[in-house]
Amino acid sequence: MAEDARDTRATLALLAALAAAAAGAHALGEPFYVNMAARVAILAMAAAGLNLALGFGGMVSFGHAAFFGLGGYAAGVAAWHAANQIPLASWPVLVPGTDRMIVVWAAAAATGGLAALLIGALSLRTSGVQFIMITLAFAQMFYYFAISWPAYGGEDGLPIYLRNGIEGLDVYDPFTFFAICFVWLAATLAGTARIMRARFGAALTMARLSEARLASAGVDPFPVRLTAFALSGAVTAVAGALNADLNGFVGPSALSWKMSGELMAFVILGGVGRLGGPVAGAAAFVLLEHFLGAATERWVLVFGALLLGVTLFARGGLLGLLAGRARHG
Amino acid sequence: MAEAALRVEGLSKAFGGLVASDRVSLDLRAGEIHALIGPNGAGKSTLIGQIAGWIRPDAGRVLLAGRDVTRLSPARRARLGLGRTFQVSTLALPLSARRNAMIGALARAGGAWGFVRPLMRERALTEAADAALARVGLAARADTPAAELSHGERRRLELACALAGAPRALLLDEPLAGMGPEGAAQMTELLDALRREVPILLVEHDMDAVFRLADRITVLAMGRVIAHGPPAAIRADAAVRATYLGQDDQPEAADV
Repeated sequence: MAEDARDTRATLALLAALAAAAAGAHALGEPFYVNMAARVAILAMAAAGLNLALGFGGMVSFGHAAFFGLGGYAAGVAAWHAANQIPLASWPVLVPGTDRMIVVWAAAAATGGLAALLIGALSLRTSGVQFIMITLAFAQMFYYFAISWPAYGGEDGLPIYLRNGIEGLDVYDPFTFFAICFVWLAATLAGTARIMRARFGAALTMARLSEARLASAGVDPFPVRLTAFALSGAVTAVAGALNADLNGFVGPSALSWKMSGELMAFVILGGVGRLGGPVAGAAAFVLLEHFLGAATERWVLVFGALLLGVTLFARGGLLGLLAGRARHG
Repeated sequence: MAEAALRVEGLSKAFGGLVASDRVSLDLRAGEIHALIGPNGAGKSTLIGQIAGWIRPDAGRVLLAGRDVTRLSPARRARLGLGRTFQVSTLALPLSARRNAMIGALARAGGAWGFVRPLMRERALTEAADAALARVGLAARADTPAAELSHGERRRLELACALAGAPRALLLDEPLAGMGPEGAAQMTELLDALRREVPILLVEHDMDAVFRLADRITVLAMGRVIAHGPPAAIRADAAVRATYLGQDDQPEAADV
Protein backbone atom coordinates (compact mmCIF):
# COMPACT_ATOMS: atom_id res chain seq x y z
CA MET A 1 0.00 0.00 0.00
CA ALA A 2 2.90 2.33 -0.64
CA GLU A 3 0.83 4.24 -3.21
CA ASP A 4 -1.84 4.70 -0.60
CA ALA A 5 0.65 6.22 1.80
CA ARG A 6 1.98 8.57 -0.89
CA ASP A 7 -1.56 9.62 -1.77
CA THR A 8 -2.29 10.31 1.87
CA ARG A 9 0.86 12.39 2.26
CA ALA A 10 0.12 14.45 -0.84
CA THR A 11 -3.46 14.96 0.33
CA LEU A 12 -2.35 16.10 3.78
CA ALA A 13 0.15 18.48 2.17
CA LEU A 14 -2.62 20.00 0.03
CA LEU A 15 -4.91 20.42 3.03
CA ALA A 16 -2.08 22.01 5.03
CA ALA A 17 -1.39 24.42 2.18
CA LEU A 18 -5.06 25.37 1.96
CA ALA A 19 -5.30 25.95 5.72
CA ALA A 20 -2.05 27.92 5.71
CA ALA A 21 -3.25 30.10 2.83
CA ALA A 22 -6.50 30.89 4.65
CA ALA A 23 -4.72 31.56 7.95
CA GLY A 24 -2.16 33.76 6.19
CA ALA A 25 -4.84 35.78 4.44
CA HIS A 26 -6.73 36.09 7.71
CA ALA A 27 -3.60 37.31 9.52
CA LEU A 28 -2.96 39.85 6.77
CA GLY A 29 -6.53 41.08 7.04
CA GLU A 30 -7.56 39.89 3.58
CA PRO A 31 -11.07 38.44 4.02
CA PHE A 32 -11.46 38.19 0.25
CA TYR A 33 -8.77 35.55 0.06
CA VAL A 34 -10.13 33.76 3.12
CA ASN A 35 -13.45 33.48 1.31
CA MET A 36 -11.60 32.24 -1.74
CA ALA A 37 -10.03 29.49 0.36
CA ALA A 38 -13.50 28.62 1.68
CA ARG A 39 -14.69 28.36 -1.91
CA VAL A 40 -11.82 25.99 -2.71
CA ALA A 41 -12.72 23.85 0.30
CA ILE A 42 -16.40 23.74 -0.71
CA LEU A 43 -15.78 22.91 -4.36
CA ALA A 44 -13.17 20.34 -3.33
CA MET A 45 -15.69 18.72 -1.01
CA ALA A 46 -18.34 18.65 -3.73
CA ALA A 47 -15.84 17.08 -6.11
CA ALA A 48 -14.68 14.66 -3.41
CA GLY A 49 -18.30 13.51 -3.24
CA LEU A 50 -18.27 12.99 -7.00
CA ASN A 51 -14.89 11.24 -6.77
CA LEU A 52 -16.45 8.55 -4.60
CA ALA A 53 -18.81 7.68 -7.45
CA LEU A 54 -16.67 8.55 -10.47
CA GLY A 55 -13.19 7.74 -9.24
CA PHE A 56 -13.55 4.97 -6.71
CA GLY A 57 -16.77 3.48 -8.05
CA GLY A 58 -16.22 3.99 -11.78
CA MET A 59 -19.67 5.59 -12.14
CA VAL A 60 -19.14 8.53 -14.47
CA SER A 61 -21.90 10.84 -13.30
CA PHE A 62 -22.50 13.94 -15.40
CA GLY A 63 -25.31 15.00 -13.10
CA HIS A 64 -23.77 15.80 -9.75
CA ALA A 65 -24.94 19.39 -10.02
CA ALA A 66 -28.34 17.96 -9.11
CA PHE A 67 -27.03 17.10 -5.65
CA PHE A 68 -24.94 20.25 -5.31
CA GLY A 69 -27.96 22.34 -6.19
CA LEU A 70 -30.38 20.36 -4.04
CA GLY A 71 -28.09 20.90 -1.06
CA GLY A 72 -27.96 24.58 -1.88
CA TYR A 73 -31.72 24.83 -2.16
CA ALA A 74 -32.12 22.88 1.10
CA ALA A 75 -30.11 25.62 2.81
CA GLY A 76 -31.86 28.42 0.95
CA VAL A 77 -35.39 27.14 1.40
CA ALA A 78 -34.90 26.38 5.09
CA ALA A 79 -33.47 29.85 5.65
CA TRP A 80 -36.24 31.51 3.62
CA HIS A 81 -38.92 29.83 5.69
CA ALA A 82 -37.15 30.73 8.92
CA ALA A 83 -36.69 34.35 7.85
CA ASN A 84 -40.31 34.72 6.78
CA GLN A 85 -41.61 32.63 9.65
CA ILE A 86 -43.61 30.46 7.30
CA PRO A 87 -43.54 26.78 8.20
CA LEU A 88 -42.04 24.42 5.62
CA ALA A 89 -44.95 22.08 6.10
CA SER A 90 -47.99 22.14 8.31
CA TRP A 91 -49.22 18.61 7.73
CA PRO A 92 -48.95 15.91 9.08
CA VAL A 93 -46.61 17.65 11.49
CA LEU A 94 -45.59 21.24 11.67
CA VAL A 95 -42.11 21.64 10.15
CA PRO A 96 -40.74 25.12 10.71
CA GLY A 97 -37.94 26.61 8.64
CA THR A 98 -34.54 26.70 10.26
CA ASP A 99 -31.49 28.89 10.30
CA ARG A 100 -29.32 26.40 12.14
CA MET A 101 -26.50 25.05 10.01
CA ILE A 102 -26.46 21.62 11.59
CA VAL A 103 -30.12 21.05 10.75
CA VAL A 104 -29.54 22.48 7.28
CA TRP A 105 -26.64 20.09 6.69
CA ALA A 106 -28.70 17.11 7.80
CA ALA A 107 -31.50 18.20 5.49
CA ALA A 108 -29.09 18.73 2.60
CA ALA A 109 -27.43 15.35 3.14
CA ALA A 110 -30.81 13.61 3.36
CA THR A 111 -32.14 15.38 0.27
CA GLY A 112 -29.01 14.75 -1.77
CA GLY A 113 -28.65 11.18 -0.57
CA LEU A 114 -32.27 10.36 -1.29
CA ALA A 115 -32.15 11.96 -4.72
CA ALA A 116 -28.97 10.02 -5.50
CA LEU A 117 -30.62 6.85 -4.28
CA LEU A 118 -33.53 7.37 -6.67
CA ILE A 119 -31.43 8.53 -9.62
CA GLY A 120 -28.92 5.76 -8.97
CA ALA A 121 -31.59 3.08 -8.68
CA LEU A 122 -32.80 4.00 -12.16
CA SER A 123 -29.56 4.88 -13.92
CA LEU A 124 -27.17 2.29 -12.46
CA ARG A 125 -28.91 -0.33 -14.57
CA THR A 126 -26.96 1.18 -17.44
CA SER A 127 -23.28 1.92 -17.82
CA GLY A 128 -20.88 3.83 -20.02
CA VAL A 129 -22.25 6.59 -22.21
CA GLN A 130 -25.85 5.76 -21.32
CA PHE A 131 -25.13 6.28 -17.65
CA ILE A 132 -23.49 9.62 -18.39
CA MET A 133 -26.48 10.77 -20.43
CA ILE A 134 -29.09 9.56 -17.95
CA THR A 135 -27.44 11.30 -15.00
CA LEU A 136 -27.21 14.45 -17.12
CA ALA A 137 -30.88 14.17 -17.99
CA PHE A 138 -31.91 13.84 -14.34
CA ALA A 139 -29.84 16.88 -13.39
CA GLN A 140 -31.43 18.87 -16.20
CA MET A 141 -34.86 17.92 -14.86
CA PHE A 142 -33.97 19.43 -11.50
CA TYR A 143 -32.57 22.49 -13.26
CA TYR A 144 -35.73 23.18 -15.25
CA PHE A 145 -37.86 22.44 -12.24
CA ALA A 146 -36.00 25.09 -10.22
CA ILE A 147 -36.29 27.60 -13.05
CA SER A 148 -40.02 27.12 -13.42
CA TRP A 149 -40.96 27.07 -9.76
CA PRO A 150 -41.58 30.69 -8.77
CA ALA A 151 -42.11 30.02 -5.05
CA TYR A 152 -38.35 29.92 -4.45
CA GLY A 153 -37.17 32.54 -6.88
CA GLY A 154 -37.45 30.58 -10.11
CA GLU A 155 -34.92 31.79 -12.62
CA ASP A 156 -33.68 34.55 -10.31
CA GLY A 157 -32.68 32.19 -7.54
CA LEU A 158 -33.13 32.54 -3.84
CA PRO A 159 -31.15 34.98 -1.71
CA ILE A 160 -30.17 33.97 1.82
CA TYR A 161 -30.21 37.30 3.67
CA LEU A 162 -29.00 35.89 6.95
CA ARG A 163 -26.32 33.22 6.85
CA ASN A 164 -27.39 30.06 8.68
CA GLY A 165 -25.60 29.80 12.00
CA ILE A 166 -24.12 27.53 14.59
CA GLU A 167 -24.54 28.35 18.26
CA GLY A 168 -21.35 29.67 19.75
CA LEU A 169 -19.68 30.48 16.41
CA ASP A 170 -19.53 33.76 14.55
CA VAL A 171 -20.21 32.40 11.08
CA TYR A 172 -19.88 35.87 9.59
CA ASP A 173 -16.20 35.84 10.45
CA PRO A 174 -14.68 34.64 7.15
CA PHE A 175 -12.03 32.58 8.86
CA THR A 176 -14.57 30.83 11.09
CA PHE A 177 -16.67 30.03 8.04
CA PHE A 178 -13.56 28.79 6.23
CA ALA A 179 -12.75 26.59 9.21
CA ILE A 180 -16.23 25.05 9.07
CA CYS A 181 -15.83 24.27 5.37
CA PHE A 182 -12.31 23.00 5.92
CA VAL A 183 -13.41 20.61 8.67
CA TRP A 184 -16.12 19.28 6.35
CA LEU A 185 -13.58 18.76 3.56
CA ALA A 186 -11.10 17.04 5.86
CA ALA A 187 -13.83 14.84 7.33
CA THR A 188 -15.00 13.91 3.84
CA LEU A 189 -11.52 12.90 2.76
CA ALA A 190 -10.82 11.02 5.99
CA GLY A 191 -14.16 9.23 5.71
CA THR A 192 -13.50 8.34 2.08
CA ALA A 193 -10.06 6.97 2.93
CA ARG A 194 -11.53 4.95 5.77
CA ILE A 195 -14.37 3.49 3.73
CA MET A 196 -12.11 2.67 0.81
CA ARG A 197 -9.77 0.72 3.07
CA ALA A 198 -12.64 -1.30 4.54
CA ARG A 199 -14.74 -4.12 3.09
CA PHE A 200 -17.10 -1.76 1.35
CA GLY A 201 -14.26 -0.03 -0.45
CA ALA A 202 -12.81 -3.36 -1.51
CA ALA A 203 -16.18 -4.39 -2.92
CA LEU A 204 -16.65 -1.03 -4.66
CA THR A 205 -13.17 -1.26 -6.18
CA MET A 206 -13.94 -4.76 -7.40
CA ALA A 207 -17.27 -3.60 -8.82
CA ARG A 208 -15.26 -1.11 -10.88
CA LEU A 209 -12.43 -3.43 -11.88
CA SER A 210 -14.22 -6.75 -12.32
CA GLU A 211 -17.94 -6.92 -11.77
CA ALA A 212 -18.15 -10.58 -12.77
CA ARG A 213 -15.55 -11.55 -10.19
CA LEU A 214 -17.40 -9.69 -7.44
CA ALA A 215 -20.73 -11.32 -8.30
CA SER A 216 -19.07 -14.72 -8.49
CA ALA A 217 -17.75 -14.12 -4.99
CA GLY A 218 -21.33 -13.77 -3.81
CA VAL A 219 -21.54 -9.98 -3.58
CA ASP A 220 -24.15 -8.23 -5.71
CA PRO A 221 -22.44 -5.24 -7.36
CA PHE A 222 -25.64 -3.19 -7.69
CA PRO A 223 -26.37 -2.38 -4.01
CA VAL A 224 -22.68 -1.66 -3.43
CA ARG A 225 -22.64 0.84 -6.30
CA LEU A 226 -25.97 2.32 -5.28
CA THR A 227 -24.79 2.89 -1.72
CA ALA A 228 -21.63 4.59 -2.94
CA PHE A 229 -23.70 6.74 -5.30
CA ALA A 230 -26.05 7.78 -2.49
CA LEU A 231 -23.14 8.63 -0.18
CA SER A 232 -21.58 10.55 -3.03
CA GLY A 233 -24.79 12.54 -3.56
CA ALA A 234 -25.12 13.29 0.15
CA VAL A 235 -21.56 14.64 0.40
CA THR A 236 -21.94 16.82 -2.68
CA ALA A 237 -25.25 18.13 -1.31
CA VAL A 238 -23.69 19.23 1.99
CA ALA A 239 -21.05 21.07 -0.03
CA GLY A 240 -23.89 22.69 -1.95
CA ALA A 241 -25.46 23.88 1.32
CA LEU A 242 -22.13 25.37 2.42
CA ASN A 243 -21.80 27.06 -0.96
CA ALA A 244 -25.23 28.66 -0.61
CA ASP A 245 -24.25 30.02 2.79
CA LEU A 246 -20.92 31.28 1.49
CA ASN A 247 -22.57 33.18 -1.36
CA GLY A 248 -25.73 34.12 0.52
CA PHE A 249 -27.53 32.90 -2.54
CA VAL A 250 -28.62 29.79 -4.36
CA GLY A 251 -29.88 29.75 -7.91
CA PRO A 252 -30.56 27.38 -10.77
CA SER A 253 -26.96 27.76 -11.94
CA ALA A 254 -25.95 25.46 -9.05
CA LEU A 255 -28.05 22.78 -10.78
CA SER A 256 -26.79 23.44 -14.30
CA TRP A 257 -24.88 20.97 -16.44
CA LYS A 258 -21.99 23.42 -16.41
CA MET A 259 -21.69 22.83 -12.66
CA SER A 260 -21.72 19.06 -13.25
CA GLY A 261 -19.00 19.51 -15.83
CA GLU A 262 -16.87 21.63 -13.52
CA LEU A 263 -17.09 19.07 -10.72
CA MET A 264 -16.09 16.41 -13.21
CA ALA A 265 -13.20 18.55 -14.40
CA PHE A 266 -11.94 18.99 -10.81
CA VAL A 267 -11.94 15.23 -10.32
CA ILE A 268 -10.24 14.51 -13.63
CA LEU A 269 -7.70 17.31 -13.33
CA GLY A 270 -6.89 16.36 -9.75
CA GLY A 271 -6.67 12.65 -10.48
CA VAL A 272 -9.53 10.20 -10.88
CA GLY A 273 -9.89 8.06 -7.77
CA ARG A 274 -7.04 9.84 -5.99
CA LEU A 275 -7.95 10.86 -2.47
CA GLY A 276 -6.73 14.46 -2.60
CA GLY A 277 -7.38 14.86 -6.33
CA PRO A 278 -10.51 17.00 -5.90
CA VAL A 279 -8.58 19.43 -3.67
CA ALA A 280 -5.88 19.87 -6.28
CA GLY A 281 -8.43 20.20 -9.08
CA ALA A 282 -10.67 22.70 -7.28
CA ALA A 283 -7.69 24.76 -6.10
CA ALA A 284 -6.25 24.94 -9.61
CA PHE A 285 -9.63 26.05 -10.96
CA VAL A 286 -10.24 28.76 -8.38
CA LEU A 287 -6.68 30.08 -8.60
CA LEU A 288 -6.74 30.24 -12.39
CA GLU A 289 -10.20 31.80 -12.35
CA HIS A 290 -9.04 34.56 -10.03
CA PHE A 291 -5.54 35.35 -11.16
CA LEU A 292 -5.85 34.57 -14.85
CA GLY A 293 -9.46 35.69 -14.99
CA ALA A 294 -8.30 39.14 -13.94
CA ALA A 295 -6.07 39.30 -17.01
CA THR A 296 -8.32 37.70 -19.62
CA GLU A 297 -11.88 36.53 -20.04
CA ARG A 298 -10.52 33.57 -21.91
CA TRP A 299 -8.92 31.99 -18.84
CA VAL A 300 -11.19 28.98 -19.27
CA LEU A 301 -9.20 28.24 -22.40
CA VAL A 302 -6.09 27.91 -20.25
CA PHE A 303 -7.96 25.71 -17.79
CA GLY A 304 -9.06 23.56 -20.70
CA ALA A 305 -5.52 23.28 -21.99
CA LEU A 306 -4.31 22.33 -18.51
CA LEU A 307 -7.03 19.68 -18.23
CA LEU A 308 -6.09 18.32 -21.64
CA GLY A 309 -2.40 18.28 -20.84
CA VAL A 310 -2.89 16.53 -17.52
CA THR A 311 -5.27 13.95 -19.00
CA LEU A 312 -2.89 13.18 -21.83
CA PHE A 313 0.45 13.25 -20.08
CA ALA A 314 -0.13 12.73 -16.35
CA ARG A 315 -2.41 9.79 -15.88
CA GLY A 316 -2.69 10.21 -12.13
CA GLY A 317 -3.77 13.83 -12.52
CA LEU A 318 -2.27 16.65 -10.47
CA LEU A 319 -2.24 14.45 -7.39
CA GLY A 320 -0.36 11.82 -9.35
CA LEU A 321 2.27 14.45 -10.13
CA LEU A 322 2.44 15.43 -6.47
CA ALA A 323 2.44 11.91 -5.06
CA GLY A 324 4.53 10.38 -7.81
CA ARG A 325 3.69 7.19 -9.68
CA ALA A 326 0.35 5.93 -10.82
CA ARG A 327 -2.11 4.46 -8.40
CA HIS A 328 -2.57 0.71 -8.25
CA GLY A 329 -6.23 -0.13 -7.95
CA MET B 1 -28.40 -41.64 -1.81
CA ALA B 2 -26.79 -38.30 -1.15
CA GLU B 3 -28.13 -35.27 -3.02
CA ALA B 4 -25.95 -34.22 -5.96
CA ALA B 5 -23.85 -31.09 -5.30
CA LEU B 6 -25.19 -29.70 -8.54
CA ARG B 7 -27.94 -30.94 -10.79
CA VAL B 8 -29.10 -29.60 -14.13
CA GLU B 9 -32.49 -30.76 -15.40
CA GLY B 10 -33.64 -30.24 -18.96
CA LEU B 11 -31.98 -26.85 -19.47
CA SER B 12 -32.94 -25.27 -22.77
CA LYS B 13 -31.92 -21.96 -24.23
CA ALA B 14 -32.34 -20.58 -27.71
CA PHE B 15 -30.94 -17.34 -29.07
CA GLY B 16 -33.29 -16.50 -31.90
CA GLY B 17 -33.24 -19.57 -34.10
CA LEU B 18 -30.03 -20.91 -32.61
CA VAL B 19 -30.58 -23.61 -30.02
CA ALA B 20 -27.65 -23.28 -27.61
CA SER B 21 -28.92 -25.71 -25.00
CA ASP B 22 -31.34 -28.46 -25.86
CA ARG B 23 -32.81 -30.21 -22.80
CA VAL B 24 -29.43 -30.69 -21.14
CA SER B 25 -29.36 -32.72 -17.96
CA LEU B 26 -26.35 -33.63 -15.88
CA ASP B 27 -25.28 -33.83 -12.28
CA LEU B 28 -22.16 -33.36 -10.20
CA ARG B 29 -21.56 -35.66 -7.27
CA ALA B 30 -19.35 -35.31 -4.24
CA GLY B 31 -15.72 -36.22 -4.82
CA GLU B 32 -15.80 -36.20 -8.60
CA ILE B 33 -14.57 -34.26 -11.57
CA HIS B 34 -17.23 -34.19 -14.22
CA ALA B 35 -15.86 -32.97 -17.54
CA LEU B 36 -18.00 -31.18 -20.07
CA ILE B 37 -16.55 -31.36 -23.56
CA GLY B 38 -17.66 -30.64 -27.06
CA PRO B 39 -16.52 -28.85 -30.20
CA ASN B 40 -16.52 -25.06 -30.41
CA GLY B 41 -20.07 -23.80 -30.54
CA ALA B 42 -21.45 -26.88 -28.81
CA GLY B 43 -23.03 -24.70 -26.16
CA LYS B 44 -20.64 -25.27 -23.26
CA SER B 45 -20.30 -21.61 -22.36
CA THR B 46 -24.05 -21.02 -22.57
CA LEU B 47 -24.60 -23.96 -20.29
CA ILE B 48 -22.04 -22.71 -17.77
CA GLY B 49 -23.65 -19.27 -17.99
CA GLN B 50 -27.02 -20.72 -17.12
CA ILE B 51 -25.66 -22.77 -14.26
CA ALA B 52 -23.86 -19.77 -12.79
CA GLY B 53 -26.87 -17.50 -13.30
CA TRP B 54 -25.69 -15.06 -15.96
CA ILE B 55 -28.02 -16.45 -18.60
CA ARG B 56 -31.67 -17.21 -17.86
CA PRO B 57 -32.76 -20.55 -19.35
CA ASP B 58 -35.94 -20.83 -21.41
CA ALA B 59 -36.80 -24.06 -19.63
CA GLY B 60 -35.34 -26.46 -17.11
CA ARG B 61 -33.92 -26.19 -13.61
CA VAL B 62 -30.62 -25.79 -11.83
CA LEU B 63 -30.37 -27.33 -8.38
CA LEU B 64 -27.58 -26.63 -5.94
CA ALA B 65 -27.42 -29.31 -3.24
CA GLY B 66 -31.08 -30.02 -3.93
CA ARG B 67 -32.19 -26.40 -3.83
CA ASP B 68 -33.73 -24.86 -6.93
CA VAL B 69 -31.61 -21.83 -7.81
CA THR B 70 -32.88 -21.35 -11.38
CA ARG B 71 -34.23 -17.88 -10.71
CA LEU B 72 -31.47 -16.65 -8.40
CA SER B 73 -28.78 -14.10 -9.29
CA PRO B 74 -25.14 -15.16 -9.79
CA ALA B 75 -24.28 -13.61 -6.41
CA ARG B 76 -27.02 -15.53 -4.59
CA ARG B 77 -25.85 -18.77 -6.17
CA ALA B 78 -22.29 -17.98 -5.16
CA ARG B 79 -23.45 -17.41 -1.58
CA LEU B 80 -25.16 -20.81 -1.70
CA GLY B 81 -21.83 -22.42 -2.51
CA LEU B 82 -21.33 -22.24 -6.26
CA GLY B 83 -17.78 -21.17 -7.10
CA ARG B 84 -16.51 -20.52 -10.59
CA THR B 85 -13.67 -19.39 -12.75
CA PHE B 86 -14.04 -17.76 -16.14
CA GLN B 87 -12.66 -18.63 -19.52
CA VAL B 88 -11.36 -15.06 -19.82
CA SER B 89 -9.62 -13.79 -16.72
CA THR B 90 -11.72 -11.63 -14.40
CA LEU B 91 -8.94 -10.77 -11.98
CA ALA B 92 -8.50 -7.19 -10.84
CA LEU B 93 -5.08 -6.73 -12.39
CA PRO B 94 -3.89 -3.70 -10.37
CA LEU B 95 -4.63 -5.45 -7.07
CA SER B 96 -2.36 -7.90 -5.29
CA ALA B 97 -3.01 -11.62 -5.43
CA ARG B 98 -4.09 -11.48 -1.79
CA ARG B 99 -6.57 -8.65 -2.38
CA ASN B 100 -8.08 -10.59 -5.27
CA ALA B 101 -8.42 -13.71 -3.16
CA MET B 102 -9.85 -11.74 -0.23
CA ILE B 103 -12.72 -10.58 -2.40
CA GLY B 104 -13.42 -14.23 -3.03
CA ALA B 105 -13.94 -14.74 0.70
CA LEU B 106 -15.95 -11.55 1.23
CA ALA B 107 -19.46 -13.00 1.09
CA ARG B 108 -18.63 -16.06 3.14
CA ALA B 109 -16.97 -13.98 5.85
CA GLY B 110 -19.67 -11.40 6.42
CA GLY B 111 -20.35 -9.57 3.16
CA ALA B 112 -19.50 -6.15 1.79
CA TRP B 113 -21.10 -4.00 4.46
CA GLY B 114 -18.11 -2.98 6.51
CA PHE B 115 -17.24 0.68 6.44
CA VAL B 116 -14.73 1.10 9.24
CA ARG B 117 -12.32 -1.71 9.93
CA PRO B 118 -9.41 -1.87 7.46
CA LEU B 119 -9.58 -4.89 5.17
CA MET B 120 -6.05 -5.94 6.00
CA ARG B 121 -7.04 -6.31 9.65
CA GLU B 122 -9.97 -8.56 8.81
CA ARG B 123 -8.47 -11.82 10.02
CA ALA B 124 -11.24 -14.00 8.58
CA LEU B 125 -10.58 -12.54 5.13
CA THR B 126 -6.80 -12.55 5.16
CA GLU B 127 -6.70 -16.09 6.52
CA ALA B 128 -9.17 -17.43 3.96
CA ALA B 129 -7.24 -15.68 1.19
CA ASP B 130 -3.85 -16.90 2.34
CA ALA B 131 -5.12 -20.45 2.74
CA ALA B 132 -6.54 -20.37 -0.79
CA LEU B 133 -3.31 -18.92 -2.18
CA ALA B 134 -1.29 -21.61 -0.42
CA ARG B 135 -3.66 -24.25 -1.82
CA VAL B 136 -2.82 -23.24 -5.40
CA GLY B 137 0.87 -22.69 -4.70
CA LEU B 138 0.86 -18.88 -4.77
CA ALA B 139 1.67 -18.18 -1.12
CA ALA B 140 4.95 -16.56 -2.09
CA ARG B 141 3.22 -14.29 -4.60
CA ALA B 142 0.54 -12.96 -2.25
CA ASP B 143 1.71 -9.34 -2.39
CA THR B 144 2.37 -9.30 -6.14
CA PRO B 145 -0.13 -7.39 -8.29
CA ALA B 146 -2.10 -9.77 -10.48
CA ALA B 147 -0.80 -7.85 -13.49
CA GLU B 148 2.74 -9.00 -12.72
CA LEU B 149 1.87 -12.70 -12.44
CA SER B 150 2.57 -15.11 -15.28
CA HIS B 151 -0.36 -16.47 -17.26
CA GLY B 152 -0.23 -19.78 -15.43
CA GLU B 153 -0.11 -18.04 -12.06
CA ARG B 154 -3.13 -15.93 -13.00
CA ARG B 155 -5.13 -19.03 -13.86
CA ARG B 156 -4.24 -20.45 -10.48
CA LEU B 157 -5.13 -17.16 -8.79
CA GLU B 158 -8.56 -17.33 -10.44
CA LEU B 159 -8.93 -20.73 -8.87
CA ALA B 160 -7.78 -19.38 -5.50
CA CYS B 161 -10.41 -16.62 -5.69
CA ALA B 162 -13.08 -19.27 -6.17
CA LEU B 163 -11.65 -21.48 -3.42
CA ALA B 164 -11.52 -18.59 -0.93
CA GLY B 165 -15.30 -18.63 -0.96
CA ALA B 166 -15.30 -22.24 0.30
CA PRO B 167 -17.52 -23.46 -2.55
CA ARG B 168 -19.50 -26.68 -2.39
CA ALA B 169 -19.44 -27.03 -6.17
CA LEU B 170 -16.95 -25.57 -8.59
CA LEU B 171 -17.42 -24.58 -12.24
CA LEU B 172 -14.10 -24.28 -14.05
CA ASP B 173 -14.27 -22.84 -17.55
CA GLU B 174 -11.11 -23.89 -19.41
CA PRO B 175 -8.66 -23.52 -16.54
CA LEU B 176 -5.85 -24.86 -18.74
CA ALA B 177 -6.45 -22.50 -21.67
CA GLY B 178 -3.28 -20.93 -23.00
CA MET B 179 -0.99 -22.78 -20.61
CA GLY B 180 2.30 -24.35 -21.57
CA PRO B 181 2.93 -28.04 -20.85
CA GLU B 182 4.47 -27.30 -17.46
CA GLY B 183 1.65 -25.07 -16.28
CA ALA B 184 -0.93 -27.51 -17.58
CA ALA B 185 0.70 -30.38 -15.69
CA GLN B 186 0.77 -28.29 -12.52
CA MET B 187 -2.90 -27.32 -12.85
CA THR B 188 -3.89 -30.91 -13.65
CA GLU B 189 -2.18 -32.12 -10.51
CA LEU B 190 -3.87 -29.41 -8.49
CA LEU B 191 -7.35 -30.25 -9.76
CA ASP B 192 -6.72 -33.94 -9.30
CA ALA B 193 -6.20 -33.39 -5.58
CA LEU B 194 -8.91 -30.77 -5.29
CA ARG B 195 -11.80 -33.06 -6.19
CA ARG B 196 -11.66 -34.57 -2.73
CA GLU B 197 -12.49 -31.16 -1.25
CA VAL B 198 -15.01 -29.91 -3.75
CA PRO B 199 -16.63 -31.53 -6.78
CA ILE B 200 -15.68 -29.91 -10.08
CA LEU B 201 -17.62 -29.39 -13.29
CA LEU B 202 -14.77 -28.94 -15.75
CA VAL B 203 -15.03 -27.42 -19.20
CA GLU B 204 -11.76 -28.06 -20.97
CA HIS B 205 -10.34 -28.45 -24.45
CA ASP B 206 -7.13 -30.21 -23.38
CA MET B 207 -8.17 -33.82 -23.96
CA ASP B 208 -5.13 -35.31 -22.24
CA ALA B 209 -6.10 -33.47 -19.06
CA VAL B 210 -9.79 -34.32 -19.44
CA PHE B 211 -9.17 -38.05 -19.81
CA ARG B 212 -6.66 -38.00 -16.98
CA LEU B 213 -8.90 -36.11 -14.59
CA ALA B 214 -12.51 -36.88 -15.33
CA ASP B 215 -14.51 -39.44 -13.40
CA ARG B 216 -17.33 -38.89 -15.85
CA ILE B 217 -17.59 -37.05 -19.12
CA THR B 218 -20.58 -35.40 -20.77
CA VAL B 219 -20.21 -34.62 -24.45
CA LEU B 220 -22.17 -31.75 -25.88
CA ALA B 221 -22.79 -31.08 -29.58
CA MET B 222 -25.20 -28.55 -31.06
CA GLY B 223 -26.48 -27.87 -27.57
CA ARG B 224 -27.44 -31.46 -26.93
CA VAL B 225 -25.88 -34.18 -24.78
CA ILE B 226 -24.70 -36.79 -27.27
CA ALA B 227 -22.85 -39.00 -24.85
CA HIS B 228 -22.31 -39.37 -21.15
CA GLY B 229 -20.26 -41.83 -19.13
CA PRO B 230 -16.86 -42.75 -17.77
CA PRO B 231 -13.82 -41.79 -19.90
CA ALA B 232 -13.28 -45.28 -21.32
CA ALA B 233 -16.86 -45.43 -22.61
CA ILE B 234 -16.61 -41.94 -24.10
CA ARG B 235 -13.37 -42.83 -25.86
CA ALA B 236 -15.07 -45.85 -27.42
CA ASP B 237 -18.31 -44.05 -28.33
CA ALA B 238 -18.82 -43.97 -32.08
CA ALA B 239 -20.94 -40.83 -32.11
CA VAL B 240 -18.36 -38.95 -30.08
CA ARG B 241 -15.54 -40.12 -32.33
CA ALA B 242 -17.43 -38.99 -35.39
CA THR B 243 -18.35 -35.52 -34.19
CA TYR B 244 -15.42 -34.64 -32.06
CA LEU B 245 -12.58 -36.83 -30.98
CA GLY B 246 -12.12 -38.45 -34.35
CA GLN B 247 -11.23 -35.19 -36.01
CA ASP B 248 -7.67 -35.44 -34.79
CA ASP B 249 -6.57 -38.98 -35.43
CA GLN B 250 -8.91 -39.86 -38.29
CA PRO B 251 -8.48 -37.12 -40.85
CA GLU B 252 -10.47 -39.12 -43.43
CA ALA B 253 -13.57 -38.92 -41.21
CA ALA B 254 -13.65 -35.17 -41.70
CA ASP B 255 -13.93 -35.65 -45.44
CA VAL B 256 -17.06 -37.74 -45.24
